[in-house]
Amino acid sequence: MSRRATTFFMTALGGSILLFLVLNLLLGSVMIPASDVVEILLGGDGDNHIWRTIVLKSRLPQALTAIVAGAGLSVSGLLMQTVFRNPLAGPSVLGISSGASLGVAFVVLLSGSIGGVALSRLGMMGEVTVTLAAIVGSMLVMSLIAYVAQKVRGNVTLLIMGVMIGYIANAVIGVLKFFSAEEDIRAYVIWGLGSFARVSGGQTTVFIVIMLCLLPLSFLLVKTLNLLLLGDSYASNLGLDIRRARLTVISCAGVLVAVVTAYCGPIVFLGLAVPHLCRGIFRTSNHAVLLPASLLAGASLALVCSLIARLPGFEGALPVNSVTALVGAPVVMWVLFNKRKAAI
Amino acid sequence: MSDLKETIRVERLTTGYRGRKGVATVVTGELTASLHGGELTCLLGPNGAGKSTLLRTLSGFLPPIGGEIYIEGNKLGNYTSARLARLIGVVLTERLHLNNMTVAELVGLGRSPYTGFWGRLTTEDEEIVERSMELVRITGMRQRMVSTLSDGERQKVMIAKALAQETPVIFLDEPTAFLDYPSKVEIMQLLLDLARREGKTVFLSTHDLELSLQIADRIWLVDKEKGVVTGTPEDLSLSGDMGRFFERDGVVFDLSAGMFRIDSRPGRQIVLTGRGVRHAMAAKALARCGVRAVGQELSDTVDGRVDVTDDAFIYNGHSVHSIEELLTLIK
Repeated sequence: MSRRATTFFMTALGGSILLFLVLNLLLGSVMIPASDVVEILLGGDGDNHIWRTIVLKSRLPQALTAIVAGAGLSVSGLLMQTVFRNPLAGPSVLGISSGASLGVAFVVLLSGSIGGVALSRLGMMGEVTVTLAAIVGSMLVMSLIAYVAQKVRGNVTLLIMGVMIGYIANAVIGVLKFFSAEEDIRAYVIWGLGSFARVSGGQTTVFIVIMLCLLPLSFLLVKTLNLLLLGDSYASNLGLDIRRARLTVISCAGVLVAVVTAYCGPIVFLGLAVPHLCRGIFRTSNHAVLLPASLLAGASLALVCSLIARLPGFEGALPVNSVTALVGAPVVMWVLFNKRKAAI
Repeated sequence: MSDLKETIRVERLTTGYRGRKGVATVVTGELTASLHGGELTCLLGPNGAGKSTLLRTLSGFLPPIGGEIYIEGNKLGNYTSARLARLIGVVLTERLHLNNMTVAELVGLGRSPYTGFWGRLTTEDEEIVERSMELVRITGMRQRMVSTLSDGERQKVMIAKALAQETPVIFLDEPTAFLDYPSKVEIMQLLLDLARREGKTVFLSTHDLELSLQIADRIWLVDKEKGVVTGTPEDLSLSGDMGRFFERDGVVFDLSAGMFRIDSRPGRQIVLTGRGVRHAMAAKALARCGVRAVGQELSDTVDGRVDVTDDAFIYNGHSVHSIEELLTLIK
C-alpha cells in the first residue's frame, strides 16, 4: 500500500474516533440536546443539573475508558499474534485474563464465605479491591508464563501452556463458585460480562493515566516485532535475542491485558479481531503501520460497541462482551472475505 | 586457490544436541576443515547424516559439543549476536508464512543488523536492498507479496535478504530442494557467481550430488559412520571417498565421468560397432535394458552384434531405423 493511502486510512481511523466519541457523548438513554452537551463540556452549568452529571460522570468517562481499553486490548492482541505467529492468538489465550478472573473470583467469592461481608456491598472500597485482585491474579499468571517462556523453546509449547493455565484457573473458579453465596456469584458473573461503565470517578483517571503510560511502550517494539515475523532462526541470525524479545513482547502485552481486565472485566474479541481488521485494511505486516493502526481501530471499535451497548432500549443492560462479538465478528469476516477476493 | 582468504576454520568440531543433565548426543564427529572467501562449498551426505546440525552449529544457532569454530580468526562464541549478524547470513529450509509482506520489505529486513532503533531504512540501506535484488535478478517482483511467490522465486528472495545483510559468509540449508531442475541449476550458478564476483564464502547443504560435483569448488562429505571428509570434487573422486559415501546396490560412481550412474548389472553382452552420437545412444539404450555393449575384440563371448550406421541399426543382419525397434528385436 502506498504511503499516501496509509496516511489516508490512518487519518480516517483517527477521524472515526472523534466521530464516535462525539456520538457517545450525544446519545444515550436520556435525550440531552447537543447544545447543552457542548456547554457542559466547555465547563458551563447547562440547564439541567442531572444532565451535567450524566455527561461528565457517566458518558465522558465511559467513552474515554472505551478508547484506552479498546486500544490496549488491540495492541496486546497484535503483539500476541506476532510473537506466537498464530492468527488465533489474542489477549485471552495466555491465560492472563483467566488469571485476572481468578484473582477477582478469590476476593468476590470468598469475601462472603470467609469475611462474612459481601464485597459487592462495599462500594468504592470493593471496586478498588476487585481491581487490585485482578491485577495481582493476571500478574501472577504472567510471571509464570514469562518464566516458562525462558525455559521452553517452541512457541506452540508456550501457547499450549498458556491455554492450560487458563483451564486450571477456570477450574479453580468453578470450585470457588461451588462454595460461594449466590449473591457473590452474581456479582462475579456481572464482572465477567465486561463493562466500560464499571470504572467510576477517580478510578477512571487512574486507569487512563496508566494506559497512556503503557501504550507508548509497545511502540518501542516495532523492530523486534518485524523481525519476529521471520521466525526464530532468521530473526536470531539478524541479531535479535529471541528469548529476550519474546519475554519483552509477552510482558508488554500481558501488562496491557492485565490492566484493562482489572478495570473493565474480561473483554473478549476486540484483541483478536482488530489486528486482523488492520492487516486487511492496510495490507501490510509492517508493525510501524500495524501498531498505530491497531491502536486507533481498537479505540474506534470499542467506542462503537460502547455506543451500541448504551442505545435507548437496552438501558445499558447489554453486556459489552456480547456487543464486541456481534459487531466485530461480521466486520472481520467481511474484511477477510474481501481480501480473499482481491487475492484471487 | 591458496591465495583465497580463509573465512571460517573449524578445529576438531563435534556437533550434536545437549540433552538433559548435560548428556550430549553427538551428530557429527571431529571435523577439522575450513571455508574460503570466493568459493562455493557443498555439504553432501545422506538424510540424517547431520548436515543441518552442522550448518546450525556453524551459524551459531547451536553450541558445539566440542572443538572450536573460528570466523575471521576469532572464536564464534566470542562474537555478540549483533556482530555475528554482520558476518553470517543464512537461508533456511523453513517455509515462512508471511502474509502481506512484499519482496522489497522482506529483503529490507536483511538490513536489520545495520538499522537503528526503529528499523527504518536510510537511503543507503534502500540502495543496498536494490543492489541485492539486482544481483539475484528479482527487481521485477519488488512489490509482489511473498506469499504469492513460487519456491524458486522465494529462494532467490531469501538469498537477496542474505545479500542485503552484507555478510562475508552465507550459509544455505538445501537451497535447491523442491525446485525443478532448471531452477536448481539457476540457483547454484547464481550462488557460484556471488562467490566469485562478490568474494563471498558460500556454504550450502544439498542432495543434488551431480550438480554439486559439477559446480562446487570444495565438497564436505558427512556420514554417521564414515565421519566427515573434505576436498575438491576431483580429489574426493580419486581417493574413492565419493564412491565410499554414496555407492550402494544399484548405484555406482563412474570415475571416468566423475558422476554417479545407475548400475543395471548387465546379463548379456553384445558387440556394438559404429561411431558418434548414434553409437553412444545405442550403448545407453542397451545398458538400460541390461545388455552390455562390448568392442569387436570380444566377439567370441557375445550373444550377438549390432552395427550402427548413419541411417540404420543392424542387429544380426536385420536392419531397423529406430532404437525402439532395435530394442524390440533384441528382446
